[in-house]
Amino acid sequence: MSLDHSDVARIAHLARLEVSDAEISEFASSLNSILSLVDAMQATDTQGVEPLAHPLDSVQRLRADEVSEVNQREALQTCAPAVEDGLFLVPRVIE
Amino acid sequence: MEWETVIGLEIHVQLSTQTKIFSGASTAFGAEPNTQACAVDLALPGTLPVFNENALRMAVMFGLAVNAEIGKRSVFERKNYFYPDLPKGYQTTQLAEPIVGPGYIDIETEEGGTRRVRIHHAHLEEDAGKSLHEDFHGMTGIDLNRAGTPLVEIVSEPDMRSAKEAAAYARKIHAIVTTLGICDGNMAEGSMRCDCNVSIRPKGSETLGTRTELKNINSFRFIERAIETEVARQIDLIEDGGRVVQETRLYDPDRNQTRSMRSKEEANDYRYFPCPDLLPVVIDETYIEQIRQTLPELPDARKARFITEYQLSEYDAGVLCADSAQADYYEALVKQTGDAKLAANWVMGELAKNLNQQDLDIRQSPVSATQLAGLLVRIKDETITGKIAKQVFEILWSEGGNADAIIDAKGLKQVTDTGAIEAAVDQVIAQCTPQVEQYLAAEPDKRGKMLGFFMGQVMKLSQGKANPGQVQGLLKTKLDALLPK
Repeated sequence: MSLDHSDVARIAHLARLEVSDAEISEFASSLNSILSLVDAMQATDTQGVEPLAHPLDSVQRLRADEVSEVNQREALQTCAPAVEDGLFLVPRVIE
Repeated sequence: MEWETVIGLEIHVQLSTQTKIFSGASTAFGAEPNTQACAVDLALPGTLPVFNENALRMAVMFGLAVNAEIGKRSVFERKNYFYPDLPKGYQTTQLAEPIVGPGYIDIETEEGGTRRVRIHHAHLEEDAGKSLHEDFHGMTGIDLNRAGTPLVEIVSEPDMRSAKEAAAYARKIHAIVTTLGICDGNMAEGSMRCDCNVSIRPKGSETLGTRTELKNINSFRFIERAIETEVARQIDLIEDGGRVVQETRLYDPDRNQTRSMRSKEEANDYRYFPCPDLLPVVIDETYIEQIRQTLPELPDARKARFITEYQLSEYDAGVLCADSAQADYYEALVKQTGDAKLAANWVMGELAKNLNQQDLDIRQSPVSATQLAGLLVRIKDETITGKIAKQVFEILWSEGGNADAIIDAKGLKQVTDTGAIEAAVDQVIAQCTPQVEQYLAAEPDKRGKMLGFFMGQVMKLSQGKANPGQVQGLLKTKLDALLPK
């Protein structure tokens, strides 16, 4: 499997990354070298091996359902570029 | 051509936990914007999710209630997409290994039979925040209080064959989750939201037609109307030689039409992968069994019990058990009045009528079960007539208080004093000479019906307070005494 220019442009768009044409060519070649490594791994026989959900051989710990967070809106909104009436403001998302 | 409708539902149920699925922020409804959105919910760098034990327990309860296999190992995955009310850039959800596997529920069909609707699976996930598109100087406002609220998404198989069946299925799920106490069931506040996958095919065909998805419907009535509208659109389209396009559509209740959301939709590519911040969730048989022991009586079982214990019709029992709060209200009434039939009539009659008129849920009823019981007891012991009871109910509804105080204050006690009733009967007979003459001249078998006119006059004269049985008896005796021998 290998990625061409348009694959990389599409992946960048899905991740909302702005990349120039020159960068796309560069990324395509680095990504393809990673994919060739994956291709090599694909050759391994994985019959009967359960897919790995997490590299740690452990299970999820659970948290009691008790409110532990207090309102810190003011502090948390200091790093937002625009706020009004307690809302975060972002560029308009519908026409 | 005759068409068959095929419907599958995806229902999002908001779990009534105290805190978010992955953070200790409160989930209480109606708080000031962003006051319940902590660093984890805002996806600030360096924060990590920790799974809420109660969300897990509730999801397992649901699975057991719909006869499903419970996933002893379930895995959270990331569903990647960009939207401003999703701060992480992905929704934490489950895909390949959900907490609830295949199950089913049975619903009643229009024909009076039952249909088994299979549940494909149900998974745990987090809700997104809310976007407010009112004018903020051309910008969109974001409230992240809802971000991270635990949801169970219940995915059915395409087993429903009409809009009514889809609504019946949604109502059954609503009854189950409210009975389990894992969801407050408040559809107006978005506690339960429904996506409907709708397609049609020629009757008798086994292959599925191309489906459209109707998004985010939050009332049972709209589920029914949206599907009916969409089915009609698909039939027209195909019969005019067109083709249904697989797409997401929005239902507009004001215009009763569905419209395409295509402009917003690019090819969905969510690039799911297991969430590295969360480990597999593993539970054992003991845990599942412990939860099974705590399950309350489920709607189907309760309905069966209402039929035998209270001698209700299948229909009445079904209506009462459709909402657990309504069934609770009813049982409280029965307990306090000892009259199952009278209680059923009032819950499904005056109470339901008033609730519907004001679009209220029984949980918001201004008249409590105890208040209503106080009224019904006075009907039973004949202190007041049924007609007066409706007046008292209106006062209880609008002003509150208790039935006895209202009956006393307004002087509404039923008149059983024979002398007073007799006087009223005499007065009516004296005043209505033409009608009395008609009565006397009528065929004997017609007279019974004609008595109704005099009944009405006497009840009016007594302002509805005369005991109807006594009035009828006296009227008949006195009128018949006037008959020529």
